[in-house]
Amino acid sequence: MASVAERLEGIWGERPGLITWLQTVDHKKLGFKYLYTGMVFFVFGGIESLVIRAQLADANLEVVDPETYNQMFSMHGTTMMFLFIVPVLSGFGNYFVPLMIGARDMAFPRLNAFGYWAFLGAGIFMHSSFLIGKAPNNGWFNYVPLANSEFTPGVNIDFYVLGLIFLGFSTTAGAINFIVTILKLRAPGMSINRMPIFVWGELALGLAVVFAQPPLTAALVMLELDRKLGFHFFDSTQGGDAVLWQHLFWIFGHPWVYILVLPAFGLVSMMIPAFTRRPMIGYIYIVVAEMAVALIGFGVWVHHMFAVGIPQIALSFTSLSSFMVTIPSAIQVFAWLATLIAGKPILKTPMLFVLGFVFTFVLGGLSGVMFAAIPFDLQTTDSYFVVAHIHYVIIGGSVFPIFGGLYYWLPKMTGRMLDERLGKLSFWLMFAGFNLAFFPMHISGLLGQPRRTYTYQEGLGWDIWNLLSTIGAFVLALGILITFINWYKSMKSGEPAGPDPWEAETLEWSTSSPPPEYNFESIPAVRSLHPMWEQPELRRGPQRPEDGAYLLASGHETLATSMLDATPQAVVEMPHESPWPVTVTVAMMVSFYGVLFDSALLTAGGTVASMAAVAGWFWPTGETQET
Amino acid sequence: MTTTSARTDATPGAEEQSLPHHHAGSVSPGWWGMVMLIVTESMLFGSLVASYFYIRFRSAPVWPPDGIPTPSLKLPLIMSVILWTSSWPVHMADRAARNGNVRALRLWLGAGFILGAIFLGLQLAVEYPEKLAEFGPTTNAYGSLFYTLTGFHGGHVLIGLLISLWTQMRAWQGAFDKQRHVTVQNFTMYWHFVDIVWVVVLATIYLSPSL
Amino acid sequence: MFWISLAVFAVVVAFLAVAYVRGHRKQTQLTEARWGGPFVVVSGIVAPSLILAGVFVVSLNDMMALSTPPQQPSLTIDIIGHDWWWEVRYGSSGAVTANEIHIPTGESVQLRLTTDDVIHSFWVPQLQAKTDLISGEVNTMWLQADEPGRYRGQCAEFCGLQHANMIFYVIADEPREFESWLANEASQAPEPAEAGASRGESVFLQSSCAGCHAVRGTEADADLGPDLTHLAQRETIASGVLDNTRSELAGWIIDPQSAKPGAIMPPTELSPADLDALLDYLESLE
Repeated sequence: MASVAERLEGIWGERPGLITWLQTVDHKKLGFKYLYTGMVFFVFGGIESLVIRAQLADANLEVVDPETYNQMFSMHGTTMMFLFIVPVLSGFGNYFVPLMIGARDMAFPRLNAFGYWAFLGAGIFMHSSFLIGKAPNNGWFNYVPLANSEFTPGVNIDFYVLGLIFLGFSTTAGAINFIVTILKLRAPGMSINRMPIFVWGELALGLAVVFAQPPLTAALVMLELDRKLGFHFFDSTQGGDAVLWQHLFWIFGHPWVYILVLPAFGLVSMMIPAFTRRPMIGYIYIVVAEMAVALIGFGVWVHHMFAVGIPQIALSFTSLSSFMVTIPSAIQVFAWLATLIAGKPILKTPMLFVLGFVFTFVLGGLSGVMFAAIPFDLQTTDSYFVVAHIHYVIIGGSVFPIFGGLYYWLPKMTGRMLDERLGKLSFWLMFAGFNLAFFPMHISGLLGQPRRTYTYQEGLGWDIWNLLSTIGAFVLALGILITFINWYKSMKSGEPAGPDPWEAETLEWSTSSPPPEYNFESIPAVRSLHPMWEQPELRRGPQRPEDGAYLLASGHETLATSMLDATPQAVVEMPHESPWPVTVTVAMMVSFYGVLFDSALLTAGGTVASMAAVAGWFWPTGETQET
Repeated sequence: MTTTSARTDATPGAEEQSLPHHHAGSVSPGWWGMVMLIVTESMLFGSLVASYFYIRFRSAPVWPPDGIPTPSLKLPLIMSVILWTSSWPVHMADRAARNGNVRALRLWLGAGFILGAIFLGLQLAVEYPEKLAEFGPTTNAYGSLFYTLTGFHGGHVLIGLLISLWTQMRAWQGAFDKQRHVTVQNFTMYWHFVDIVWVVVLATIYLSPSL
Repeated sequence: MFWISLAVFAVVVAFLAVAYVRGHRKQTQLTEARWGGPFVVVSGIVAPSLILAGVFVVSLNDMMALSTPPQQPSLTIDIIGHDWWWEVRYGSSGAVTANEIHIPTGESVQLRLTTDDVIHSFWVPQLQAKTDLISGEVNTMWLQADEPGRYRGQCAEFCGLQHANMIFYVIADEPREFESWLANEASQAPEPAEAGASRGESVFLQSSCAGCHAVRGTEADADLGPDLTHLAQRETIASGVLDNTRSELAGWIIDPQSAKPGAIMPPTELSPADLDALLDYLESLE
């Protein structure tokens, strides 16, 4: 007679092969796809940054011509900001949120698949511009009127605009999926105040995206209407307004940069307890702070526009809120420090990245506070000082946690540990290289070097700082490469990880490494914020129905529970593999290329095909109880 | 540490056995998905409306500019009445679904569809040709805003009509009953959302220039 | 702000160091650290609120102080941004130049900033914060140089291919020197005295130069490119990229694209004799 585990395996298993690769809706496979695809784009963005640094190593170099340089810095920013960090954090989120909350999948598995394919499609769409030498060349925030067809008639801008509209579908789909999964699919007893902090971080990301993405979508659509059909939203000669673009972009853009760090902060709050062997201090404060950063972050967008000529009263309010938004970050920093002091850290590689993160992010936060002071901002905005700031907060605040997260979570995903010595080497090279690359930029910025300049004159005192930055960038790249080598090595011959190599506190460590397709043999009743530490029976095996667990072994099922208390409410049927998400994506790509190349046939054809594929997606097959 | 057991007894516990397998309303993840979609689409319309007022208040005091006449109210008000009235049959369809009354559900869905189609027809076949004679989306920023804002709304009405057709098809196939009707609920939420957005569009485009 | 930041950073690093040196515990400990809550509240909420409130008030004060010039401006200069050069107009006096802005020392000067094409940003770090040049808008700012000198400025908002080379200089002279500079700048071009320069004037007027550049006092009055009436007075050409010497000027005229690839000025074909004469003429435009 088949065991429960075998039954679940039969229900949830997906046959390996190309078809499954295209059709999978399993959150773990999709999470891993997001992760390594995001890392590929990270490498592209990194190569672009090395080209930039090579060109700027000295005054008046001619490593690349101005047009190529402008494409390099634009794609570096666009790729890193849109195609790397959020996808990688979504990768971790997709993989681990269901595991951490005791669910068998995300709330909308096919939407999840669509989110991944649309991300890949948008990334391919934007990078295909390189094939014709017309990559976006107007920076990652693409100001008008330079982005208008009058000043940049080439398709460079259209690749940017259409690519990001396309990506917006993915981002929004992912956000909605995170929100509903986190609110509705938690294990019984995992009330809202027993949710792991990483889960709170992904919830904050989801809620912020739902509100922040549309202003960008609106701006992008308006710009494309201007460019392709001759509308006048951003044309000041016909009643339009160039500053409107900036407002819409930054109403999206500023929350976006918090979106980049909030799940990373959540990840840090998972690693610190594991490597200090004690719970996070100040859980309530941290949770409130995560949400407060997301919320207050919507009120500060004008601080990107202090030099534009906006009335002082508006600037003053923005300055105030920009100072205020520091406070919830400070709360989290001191909660982490308190926990580190109380718990005394075990200095394995993930913890090194955590310490590096605190050091670097705090430095970036301090320079950020300086920008909240308007007179200071007016000198340093658009200079290398701000380039230094943004890299300190993003690399410090997001990339270091992500790399720590790799060392922490890859063992669960692959079943293999990464090499500790290579990990430490990678960390120190990254830490040293990063600081060498970006600290000097504070100085060259204060000496007057503007950003986005393909070269600079001799004799201004900028040369030495730029050279140091270039060297640091290559050291940083080497450090990153070592982690990738480590990753590859571990998958080939790493030490077996076992279910719980770190003896950590959350539910994902109760599964095998990697987890089975069905995640949990039984969905346990959760009675603590630290289930693996306070419910030791979870270490002895799956919880039994007698102890409150839910088996849900008669179908492709997971459990819906109430929003606040996680009281079980219903059994939810999950869809199996489906060809429709990737089909919709391909059809959409056709229509986007149609708009790009002014082909009514492709545009209409792609749109109709997308709608047909959506119909196919929803077509009732009796598989789930949908209706 | 073991992660699976040899357990062969898949009998669920008592609580699990009593859990429903069909669900609607706020128990259903699908319902929440629609709520989130409505939230994000509201922000999209909000961005367009904010852009309208931003450009308006940064323009010269004359609005609409360049000699374009203030929009007349007669046709929009007729269209509004038709659209808002359509919320009634849609609401009744939702009630019918919750009561398991399939015949009423089909009729009310049909009625709502007809009213929504009339609204869209009036916009495309009557209002737009009239307006295009005066100004187009490429005339100036006002034109761009007018057609984009009303056009986005019309696009959402069209999508609503398609969802209505789908829901009607499912209703005629007997897919809905007292327990299984979250699709109807999602459609009706979406439709009410579209109607509320029209309130905002009407106020912004048609009423506010007269204030 | 720098010292406050340094102090905060030192505190954080100190805490990190404390955490690092205390060794680590082996067993999981679920004890509540009761000092944790107050620690977070004091260091994460109370202290930052107080510090930041103080910094905010000071910064607001500074913002208001810096937005008004120390005295009534004695002069208004119009700056019009172009891809990739700066047009400089001295209002009623009629003086027009490019890429060099002369101002008198010790006096406040008002600048009115507009753009002919895309957004640029006017930044001369040693003298003043930056202000953007926005399409369809007029932004004003003030400058005051207390000491005579040459202050370097550069466009600070990405504006296309040659954004990196949109450089300008603010040259502060003693008021009397400024007045004489202004008077000269406002005047029409001097008549070419020598034969070479005279021939060069004809070359200028007959070739493509006059299609874009103005020399006040001649028929050349186009305003697509910089006004060249007193070109010889300027220290740099090509918006600060090249020194204003005969050979650099020659190279620039023949092929602007080699110094500024993408610049809107096209190459000009001239015979060596014509070029020589043209250079004589341009050098005469004091």
